[in-house]
Order: sequence, then C-alpha cells, then structure tokens
Amino acid sequence: MTPISYYVILSVILFVLGIIGFFVKKDLITQFLSIEIMLNAANLAIIAFAKAAGSLDGQIIVFFVITVAAAEAAIGLAIILMIYRKKKTIKTEDIHLLKG
Amino acid sequence: MTEYFWLIPFFPAVSSFLIIVFGRKLPRKYIAVQACLAVFLSFLLSFFSFLELRSAGHEAEALTKNLFSWIQSGNFNVDLSFRFDPLTAVMCLVVTFVGFLIHVYSTGYMSHDKSYARFFAYMNLFTFAMLILVMGSNLVVMFVGWEGVGLCSYLLIGFWYEKPSAANAGKKAFIVNRIGDAGFMLGIFFLVIHVGSAEFSAINHALEGGHIAQGLVTLIAILLFIGATGKSAQIPLYVWLPDAMEGPTPVSALIHAATMVTAGVYMIARMNLLYSLSHTAMTIVAVVGALTAVYAASMALVQNDIKRVLAYSTISQLGYMFLGLGVGAYSAAVFHLDTHAFFKGLLFLGAGSVMHALSGELNIQKMGGLRKYLPVTFPTFLVATLAIAGVPFLSGFFSKDAILTSACASGNYFVWALGLFGAILTAFYMFRLLFLTFFGKERLEPEAKAHLHESPKSMTIPLAILGFFALIAGYVGLPIVFGAHLNWFGRFQEPVIHAGHEVHLSLGTEWLLILASVAVAFTGIFVAYILYLKKPHIPHNLVARFPKLYKLLYNKYYMDEIYNATFVNSAIKGSEFVYDNFDLKVIDGAVNGSAASANFFGKILSYFHSGLIKDYALIFLLGAVALLAYLIF
Repeated sequence: MTPISYYVILSVILFVLGIIGFFVKKDLITQFLSIEIMLNAANLAIIAFAKAAGSLDGQIIVFFVITVAAAEAAIGLAIILMIYRKKKTIKTEDIHLLKG
Repeated sequence: MTEYFWLIPFFPAVSSFLIIVFGRKLPRKYIAVQACLAVFLSFLLSFFSFLELRSAGHEAEALTKNLFSWIQSGNFNVDLSFRFDPLTAVMCLVVTFVGFLIHVYSTGYMSHDKSYARFFAYMNLFTFAMLILVMGSNLVVMFVGWEGVGLCSYLLIGFWYEKPSAANAGKKAFIVNRIGDAGFMLGIFFLVIHVGSAEFSAINHALEGGHIAQGLVTLIAILLFIGATGKSAQIPLYVWLPDAMEGPTPVSALIHAATMVTAGVYMIARMNLLYSLSHTAMTIVAVVGALTAVYAASMALVQNDIKRVLAYSTISQLGYMFLGLGVGAYSAAVFHLDTHAFFKGLLFLGAGSVMHALSGELNIQKMGGLRKYLPVTFPTFLVATLAIAGVPFLSGFFSKDAILTSACASGNYFVWALGLFGAILTAFYMFRLLFLTFFGKERLEPEAKAHLHESPKSMTIPLAILGFFALIAGYVGLPIVFGAHLNWFGRFQEPVIHAGHEVHLSLGTEWLLILASVAVAFTGIFVAYILYLKKPHIPHNLVARFPKLYKLLYNKYYMDEIYNATFVNSAIKGSEFVYDNFDLKVIDGAVNGSAASANFFGKILSYFHSGLIKDYALIFLLGAVALLAYLIF
C-alpha cells in the first residue's frame, strides 16, 4: 500500500504549482485553471487523509466539493466571458475597476 | 349649572381653535360674533358660579374640579384641576367681563385690519390662558396659564410683525419675562421639594403646620416675586411694558393693563400665607412696589406718546398693588387690581378711540381741543382719569385709599410717603394727558383734522359701559369710616386671604388719611391745570430751566441704554465669543475633524485597493501563510 505521505507530497506539489501558475500567468483563463488545480490538490489531500483514517466522510465531502466546483467553474467562465465581451480583454492588468 | 364651572376657560379655547383652523374661510362678521360670544359665555358661567359661591357662604370655601391626573412621577403628582374660590371668582369676572367689552371694541377697532381672524384667535387664546392661570388649583397649572398669557402677549405685541419695532418689542417682552419666569420656576421647584405637592391647599397646610424653615420661606417668596416682577413689570424688569405698546390698542387694554400684567399681583395674593410668614420678603415687595409706583410715574410726566403715558401709568399702578401686597393688604391690592382693570382698560380704549379718530396719531402735542369732536370718548376718558387720579367717590379713590391706609396702618411710613407722592404724580400726569388731548388749542395736523370722526358704536358702547363701572366699581369696598360692614369686597375675600394681624386705626386717623389722599389728588390736578391750561408757557420754561432733569425723564432714565450696555451687550458679546470659540472651533472642529480623519485614513487604505486581482491574491496568500505559521508555531 502506498504510504500516505506520497499523496500529501503530490498534493503539496500540485498546490504550489497552482499558486505559481496564478501569479505568473497574466490571463484570467489560466489563472482560473490554476485555482482549479489548487482546489483539486486540496481534494486529494482530504481523500488521502480520509483513507488513512478509514472513514468515508472525507470522500463524501470531496464529492460535494467537486459538485460545487463544477458550478463554480460554470459561473467563473461566464464571468470571464462577460468581462471579455465588455472590455475585449482578459488580461488582469487591464481589469482594475475596483481601484480605490 | 355651577358644577360645570370648570368649563369657563374652554369656551374661548374652542372658539380660538375654530378660528385658527377655519379663520381664512369664515366671514368677518361670523368671526366677530363667535369670538365675543365665547368670552360672553365664559362671563355668564363665571357670574353664575360666583352667585353660587356667594350664596354658599363660608362653609363651602371653594368649588374644585379635578379633571385628571396629569403628571405622576414617583411620589410627586400633579392633577389638572381647577378651583373657584372668592379670589378666582373676582379675577374670572374681571377677565371675562372686561375681556368681553374689549373683544366687542376690537370688532370695530380692527375692522380694517387684514389679519382679522388671526387677531381674534389670539385674543380668545389669551382669554383661555388667563382663565387657566386664575383657575388652576396648583402652581403647575397656574404656570401653564402664566406661560400661555406670556405667549399670547408676545404674539399680540408683534401682531403687526412687518414693523421691525413691533417684532422687536414682542421679542423683548418675551425675553424679559423669561428672566422673571426662571425665578418663578425655581420658587415652584423649592415648594415642590419641600411640600411634596404643588396644590395651593397642600402648600397652605404645610405652611400653617410650620413645616418649612423660615429662611426657605423667604427664599421661595423672593423667587416667586422675581417671577411677578417680570410678568407685572416692576423694577427691575419693567422695561418690556412701554415697548409693548407697539401692539394694537385693544391688546394694550386687555393684556397690558387689565389682565395679564396683574397676574403677578394675583399670584402673590394667592400665596399670601407664604408671604405673611416672611417679613423680609414682604418688605422687599412693598419697597419695590412703592419705588416702582413713583419711578414709573416720574417717567409718565414728560412722555408725549399717549399710549406710553398710559403704559408708565400702568407700571405705576401695578407698583401700588405690590405696595398693598407688601404691607399685608392683600384684599385691598386685589381690589385695586379690579378697579384698575376698569379704569385703565377704559383709558386705553379711549386712547384707541382718539387714535382712531385722528388716523393713528399718537403724539399728544399734536392733539388738543378734541372734546367737542369726540362726544362719547371724552366723558368716558374723563371719568377714567378722575378715577385713576383718586378723586373721591370714583372707583380708583376707594381702592388706592385702601392701599395707602393699610400702608400707614402697618407702620411702613416710608412706603406710605412714597405712595402719597406717587399719587400726586399720578393725578398730575393723567390730567396733563387729559388737558393736552381734549382741552386747549387744537394742534392737529390738517390731514388728521379732515378725517376727524367719533368712533363707531361697537367702540363707544364698551367705552360707556366701562365708564359706568369705573364710576361705581369702588362701592363694593367702602372704607371703614363709612360703616363697619361696608367693605363687602374684603369680607368676600376672607376665606382666601388669611388676614394675619390687621392693625385698626382710629376713625379719626382714617379720616385724616382719606383727607390726605384727597388733598394729594387735587394738588396734582391743580398743578396740571395751572401748567397746561392756564399758563402753558410754564412747562417750556421748566424744560429750559432744568434741561438735564427733563432729558433724564424724557429718555426714561436711560434705562434701556443701560440695560443694553450691560446685560444685553454682554450677553451678545458672550454669545459671539462662544460662537467664535466654542461653536466654530470646538463643535465644528470636532465634526469637521472626524470627517477629515476618516478621509485621511481612507486615502491611506485606498492604496491597497489597486483593483488588480493579483494584489488581492498576494495579500490573501500572505495572510494564509501568516495564519499557518501562527498555527504551527
């Protein structure tokens, strides 16, 4: 059986990749993908711990998270689409409507 | 029907309310009839209640009616309750009767005024407030009426508010009265604290039981007297009354001669037990009254404005009433109050009639010889002048003599001498006014002469009725020399006026005092006759001889200027200082400062609001790392 630390390390690698991707990339779509990667890294960690603890609770939580993530992805993409329609760009430097 | 005596104040109240609400839509005739009728109904009810009270005799001291419990706070209760005892009865009769005649007079006098409805609404409101004042069975209800009449006085002095002088006079009356009212309220507070109730019966009970310390009684009496000096225009708060003549003449007659200004006298007569217990307070009242009587009379000597002469005369006569109160002659003071209401009301209405005839002329130097043109005004004015001057067998003679006799009997010879001296001045300035107005050469402006006419019936009939009462009102209180039991007025007041120890003079002394009063009255009249009819050049010579004295009197001892320079200006300066330094700097500074600091910190924080999603994410990340670090270590 694969030790739990392997899953956790993979999860951490994925999470850090997501962070780096979010900060390095400049367009909204890629940043959005990076966020999804971080989310799934967290999912992976939860499942790994749940398996180690021999409980089904974690797996059920992850199902919920995936369901919500699907809805969230739909909304997020819709927002990005609308931003593109309005501003003809999805570069984050050009979008600063909330500047104080 | 006398159990309904508590309805007396409500007729004018309802009428006033209706006129205020619907006045613009109602025809003038209707307003006039309603306003007069309301006061007349009050008079009828007062009269029947009075008859009831009289027939009940001494057993039923007062009719009382408790409408409802008004204020309940801890163990302090105030009821909205009325009482109708002999003192209230005569006050109600005078207020409603003289008030009714003045209302009738006003229907003629104000007929050309554009604010006809407003005038009658205020007049009815005033009558209501005055009746509340005299009928309240405790000091709080009395205070409501006290402030109510003050408000109506303000509204009616400033009735022609387009005139700045009228608006200012109204303001002055209001503010000066506030100073007195502060004392009055403090007096009420002390009584409430130490008696636990504001009811007159409870206060008298506590005083009779000796539950209040001597010093406290004196303090309360003086505080209440301060209120009276404001309302009744005594030294040092008299300055508002001469200016109050800016109001329409019927207002001067009703409020500033017959009724409202006597509220202070009524109040002290009502609290007579309190005053009787404090010799100091009594002396103060008597001396202030006597000084005011002479002081105001001296200013009346040289004024040329017909209404101002009467205003100073009113202050002077009020001084007599306080003199009477101060020497313990409470019923004599109230008696003088009543006769004064008739003859002074009549004098003002007569002056109004003269003004009406002369198209608003006020200066008596531009009158003269009017007696043939004003066949009703002249005789009534003459009767009133004779009455106030103290000519025997007219109303003013009996009441003024009653006061002076009591002053002498009480041993306050200084006060008595001042009173006698004031009586000479009174006779002199009143006859000066009469001679300059109705006798001698005509000095009319040609324009005024062209319109010269006697007033309409609505004005002359009230004059005649008041004239009749100015003649006979004195016979209800004859002095003791005419018989031991003829002072009906004094006996009627006995249940209310707790006559402590009245010193009785021998009949011979009484006769002497009466003769002195008569001599004094005729001296004043004679001097006026010489100076203003026989040898009219003498006054000019006198003015030329004593220019400083004349100027001092003519400018009313510069009292207004002194008050302006000291109190008014320092109050204004102080207010300006506070405005500049406290209002602008502290208050506005705090408000503006809080806004500015919010702005400042907002600016700093707004640097973090770049609007760029990466910045937010970075801060979020740092926050998450910091939180993690905190949890782990």
